[in-house]
Amino acid sequence: MPGDAQAGEAQATGLPYARALKDTGLAAVVAFAILLPLVGFNTVQDISNRLVLETRFGTLAVFVALIAAATFINTAFLAPWRSRRARLARTRRTGRVAQWLSRRFAPFALGFVLVYPALVLFVTGPSGALKWIDNFGIQILIYVMLGFGLNIVVGLAGLLDLGYVAFYAVGAYSYALLAKTFGLSFYILLPLAGILAAFWGVLLGFPVLRLRGDYLAIVTLAFGEIIRLVLINWVPVTNGYAGISGVPRPTFFGIPFTAGDSGFAAIFGLPFSPVYRTVFLYYLILALALVTAGVTLRLRRLPVGRAWEALREDEIACRSLGINTTNTKLTAFAIGAMFGGFAGSFFAARQGFISPESFTFMESATILSIVVLGGMGSQIGVAIAAVAMVGGTEILRDLDFLKHIFGPDFEPTQYRMLVFGFAMVVIMIWKPRGLVSTREPTAFLKERRIISRDLVKEGRG
Amino acid sequence: MEVFVQQLINGITLGSIYGLIAIGYTMVFGIIGMVNFAHGDVFMVSAFIALVTLLIVTAWLGITSVTLALLIVLVVAMVLTSVVNWTIERFAYRPLRGSFRLAPLISAIGMSIFLSNFVQVAQGPRVKSVPPLVTGEYVLFGGSAGYPVTLSAKQIVIWVVTAVLLAAFWYVVRHTPLGRAQRACEQDRKMAALLGIDVDRTIAVTFVMGAALAAVAGTLYLMYYGVISFADGFTPGVKAFTAAVLGGIGSLPGAVVGGLLIGLIETFWSAYFTTDYKDVAAFSILAITLIFLPQGLLGRPDVEKV
Repeated sequence: MPGDAQAGEAQATGLPYARALKDTGLAAVVAFAILLPLVGFNTVQDISNRLVLETRFGTLAVFVALIAAATFINTAFLAPWRSRRARLARTRRTGRVAQWLSRRFAPFALGFVLVYPALVLFVTGPSGALKWIDNFGIQILIYVMLGFGLNIVVGLAGLLDLGYVAFYAVGAYSYALLAKTFGLSFYILLPLAGILAAFWGVLLGFPVLRLRGDYLAIVTLAFGEIIRLVLINWVPVTNGYAGISGVPRPTFFGIPFTAGDSGFAAIFGLPFSPVYRTVFLYYLILALALVTAGVTLRLRRLPVGRAWEALREDEIACRSLGINTTNTKLTAFAIGAMFGGFAGSFFAARQGFISPESFTFMESATILSIVVLGGMGSQIGVAIAAVAMVGGTEILRDLDFLKHIFGPDFEPTQYRMLVFGFAMVVIMIWKPRGLVSTREPTAFLKERRIISRDLVKEGRG
Repeated sequence: MEVFVQQLINGITLGSIYGLIAIGYTMVFGIIGMVNFAHGDVFMVSAFIALVTLLIVTAWLGITSVTLALLIVLVVAMVLTSVVNWTIERFAYRPLRGSFRLAPLISAIGMSIFLSNFVQVAQGPRVKSVPPLVTGEYVLFGGSAGYPVTLSAKQIVIWVVTAVLLAAFWYVVRHTPLGRAQRACEQDRKMAALLGIDVDRTIAVTFVMGAALAAVAGTLYLMYYGVISFADGFTPGVKAFTAAVLGGIGSLPGAVVGGLLIGLIETFWSAYFTTDYKDVAAFSILAITLIFLPQGLLGRPDVEKV
């Protein structure tokens, strides 16, 4: 809390405790002022539906005491320790861990995600496995794929896109509407949804890509909101808030996952269980995410990928060298949008139900934070950040044991987004360059060296 | 004609609120080049502070004078919201100063999520409604014959409070050493620091001033609509940011003009076309303005140098 900045000085003056006590006092006063109206009082409706106040001064005191204690520990002990460590780190060769990560971690991680469903089935059995594969596996992989897609736009081309969810929505609604109206199969509509999303990417990108940095960000945000509002209000086509239900589910290359005689289980002579579909969906999204990652890796070696990264580093230099910046940005936008569309059509097929609720700004913010927290441009970083942010908050749904500590009224799920937002701030302060803060240059002279992210400029859009 | 005048009145009222929020965005962007995404939620928090203060003042202290109650609520909300934003700046943005451009933005988005969910947990997810504090309205013309054009007392209050506070704010920025320090930091932070200006303090003051104006907007919003919920920060926040961009980000009169324009567009669109697409209209106009006039209406065109 406050006092973070003075931490370094505190040690310099040689009186860390006096300084820490002063900061603690300040933090307590500030915390009291902030929390008094919001925590100290609760507004509730009484029987006659009028708003009345209830006091919660006990809770308020606990909160203030906690914040004061955290400040004291931080300024008196943690901050001096951090500055000592920072001084040591300066003399040490950096990047060894990161090098190990990028060389060894990826194969291990890939192996783990490949055997994950089997592992879960082995540990929990078919009934318990459903939740773990669906909520953790598929859910996280969707965000990994979205993160990879947005990474092309933000991480490689340096264009800040706050409305990425619009393409996700276009993909989802394309699949849902075309599949329900024309009865086309998932495998035809998956590429089609991607192409439609890419088309929307070009349509949006064409007029706005002349804008710089933050203006681009706000226009993409506006575009995302426009798409959502159209989905809500264009009731004859999209069914508004109610959404589209009964979206056809994907089949095992033509064999449906139903209980009947022509179903997957019957044909392969297995007892029927919904877990087959979930496992199949898991591998489907895993394949899609890997395709996205692979395509991105290949694209980075093509002239267009080089142009993206050059554009991120210096737009004026790019233009001077004869790169058509508009076309370059447009391809980044379209390809990023295409992967968003793939993910969207998969999402619609997996849920079987879609509504505008799933495509709010929160989703865009989540995807963007995954990309930035992962360390922009780093695919492994994106995957780790998706696991941490999405998986971490999913776990909060299951923390029933907390009820024994805080009483039966305690509802862990309502703290999910609270923790999510707080974690975003804390990770950003702790590692502003993202979790994987080194990068391997795509183009290099003589020797490939991993360089610190601090040497790379981010895009200015 | 009657409909037009009525919508003009409503639009200016709504636009005043947007303009007050937009100033917070435009000042912060001008001074540290950061989109303060949490500002909309700071506005929402201020409305909740105003709500609690209002209940304390009317139900507990038993103050019946409307003017006094409103004044107390306004001052308390301004002070406490300033402290909130000061803390946010200190905790979530200051450590990231000098870091790369997206870091404070992500931190601000995280803060925005945190604030709205904090209020949801602390005050409950239900919409809170308060009885109208300021009542009474005046029929301007067209009373018995047809569509009456009315100007309500609370609209007058909103106009007066907005005008007075904007004038005071304008004076502070233009004619005090503090405002001069702010303008200097906006032009060149390093040079300002070399000339002895405490840059960190100036930035903190900018956040405090933005929050104080957002708190005015929050209080007026609560008084005008009579309802507030934890989710009410996002849409006004985005629209106010739209207003700041429309007016030319970094420009203070631009923020007010942009706010009024967005308010007018929204009300006129709702009156003459359909309310369903009023937000679409506001956002589309933003996109169109930016494409043809990237620096906004009153902004300085910024030249990119090598």
